[in-house]
Amino acid sequence: MLDSLARLGRGGLRTLERLGRAHLLLVGILGGLASMPARPGLLVAQIHNIGVRSALIIAVSGLFVGMVLGLQGYYVLSGFGAEESLGLMVAASLVRELGPVVTALLVAGRAGSALTAEIGLMGATDQLSALKMMAVDPVQRVLAPRFFGGLVAMPLLAAIFSAMGIMGGWLVGVGLLGVDDGAFWSQMQAGIDAHQDVRSGAVKSLVFGILVTWIALFQGYDALPTSEGVSRATTRSVVHSALAVLALDFVLTALTFGD
Amino acid sequence: MGLRGPRANPLRPTPGRVARAGGDRTSGTDAHPRTDETTRASSPATGSVADTADASGVLIRIRGLGFRRSDRSILDGVDLDIQRGRVTGIMGPSGVGKTTLLDLIGGQLRPDAGTVEVEGRDVHRMSRRELFRLRTRMGKLFQSGALLTDLSVYENLAYPLREHTLLPESMIRKLVLMKLEAVGLRGARDLMPAQLSGGMARRVALARAVMLDPTVVLYDEPFAGQDPVSVGVLMSLIRHLNDACDLTSVIVSHDVVETASIADYIYVLGNGRVMAGGAPAEVRAERSDWVRQFMQALPDGPVHFHYPAPRLEQDLLG
Repeated sequence: MLDSLARLGRGGLRTLERLGRAHLLLVGILGGLASMPARPGLLVAQIHNIGVRSALIIAVSGLFVGMVLGLQGYYVLSGFGAEESLGLMVAASLVRELGPVVTALLVAGRAGSALTAEIGLMGATDQLSALKMMAVDPVQRVLAPRFFGGLVAMPLLAAIFSAMGIMGGWLVGVGLLGVDDGAFWSQMQAGIDAHQDVRSGAVKSLVFGILVTWIALFQGYDALPTSEGVSRATTRSVVHSALAVLALDFVLTALTFGD
Repeated sequence: MGLRGPRANPLRPTPGRVARAGGDRTSGTDAHPRTDETTRASSPATGSVADTADASGVLIRIRGLGFRRSDRSILDGVDLDIQRGRVTGIMGPSGVGKTTLLDLIGGQLRPDAGTVEVEGRDVHRMSRRELFRLRTRMGKLFQSGALLTDLSVYENLAYPLREHTLLPESMIRKLVLMKLEAVGLRGARDLMPAQLSGGMARRVALARAVMLDPTVVLYDEPFAGQDPVSVGVLMSLIRHLNDACDLTSVIVSHDVVETASIADYIYVLGNGRVMAGGAPAEVRAERSDWVRQFMQALPDGPVHFHYPAPRLEQDLLG
């Protein structure tokens, strides 16, 4: 009994310690913001690495998600004779929820895992130690550009996802199922509120950008310098990011649309 | 291989025949003999070394150093001095804490006890800014080379210059090519680290370690896993760079013959402390069984072949 309590206590302390280290790392990364203007090339390279290289998978996923939404939405709405609201339904679902959330999950799986493995391997092969011994802070030179690159890329990717999703919904709804083209777009235009819907989607994707890149970088930086350590860190990075995104999505939705 | 010989330096004693007068005794370990004053007078014009010069010529002073990992004591009361201008070898069997000692000197680890003073200042009491400033005068060759894998050989060498200087690109190019020429790899400047052999990667890493013209270079197992030709090249480079660039070199290694042949002074670590210290010939003549076993590579002795375990019969019969 006492042993179990002691184990529980040790586990809790370890978790708190990790949380503390993660927050200290975040503070260090944010400290690197000041040096970003002096080295724009580092930031541009990471926006390319995280954003441009994820754009294709995001666009294709968005298209298919939109097509499924169009199909499912049509079957439900046509039961009430409201199939002309399909455009609004597809756009609202994508802009408010699916765009930011699915984009964050995809980025966590594609770019987040790559970031964790990259930083973890840099640690395992002494590259981070070598930077420190060259009097270069790896948090500011290596981690910070990746963090801010992810921060910039995530809302843009979410926008691409939503736009492609709307196109997918239009293809299925208007192209295949015969929903009126004008009604599809006019209902969407009338029902989507730029302040409420678009802004909340943008805020969500920005928050998810912070969360996913922070978790990925911390897991890589904190990984044991062994092949097993890097492998575990990469798994943890994806799992923790996915759980954090879904949980935080609920909180943000409640805060945005609660009243 | 394109290696240049050491530049003539009238103020500097010939390598391996440095004046050995005096010699303190500290904590049961022979401290380095004093170098003569001319050695320090010939230090590069970085200012820092001469300004903080210790009267005895000691660049790195370690006292009562203790370090633990979990429940295991790695270092337990290590006392040693590294004389400036010398090549000092720190040797001992694998797992004895040699690399840990190097990490403690570079401020990468914090000790549980004792002090490490570089240029008269305790490394572990420095602020982060001061520690980074010290590291610009301290090069380190990692066992793995630790080259940045996404940068070419040229960019790896240019990296510290770009980070710490405002030199124009034309000057950076000249400096990088000069260092690459010194290690015989000017022709490999456009290769990526993955395209280099182990020996070449080690030489590029060595060139990068001296890129900022440091006063001290720390070598972590520089000969490990190298073929005989690469070992010969590295030995020659370490010795010649030390003399030509007026460096202080600390080599951590378990390669007895290679290290002893280029070091001016050797410490042998064992059981968490210094077991012997002296000129290579003195350490070879050491009468202690432990030191003799290590220096002569005897398979058994005070350092047991077997890791501590219950009797074999007990284990086999359950």
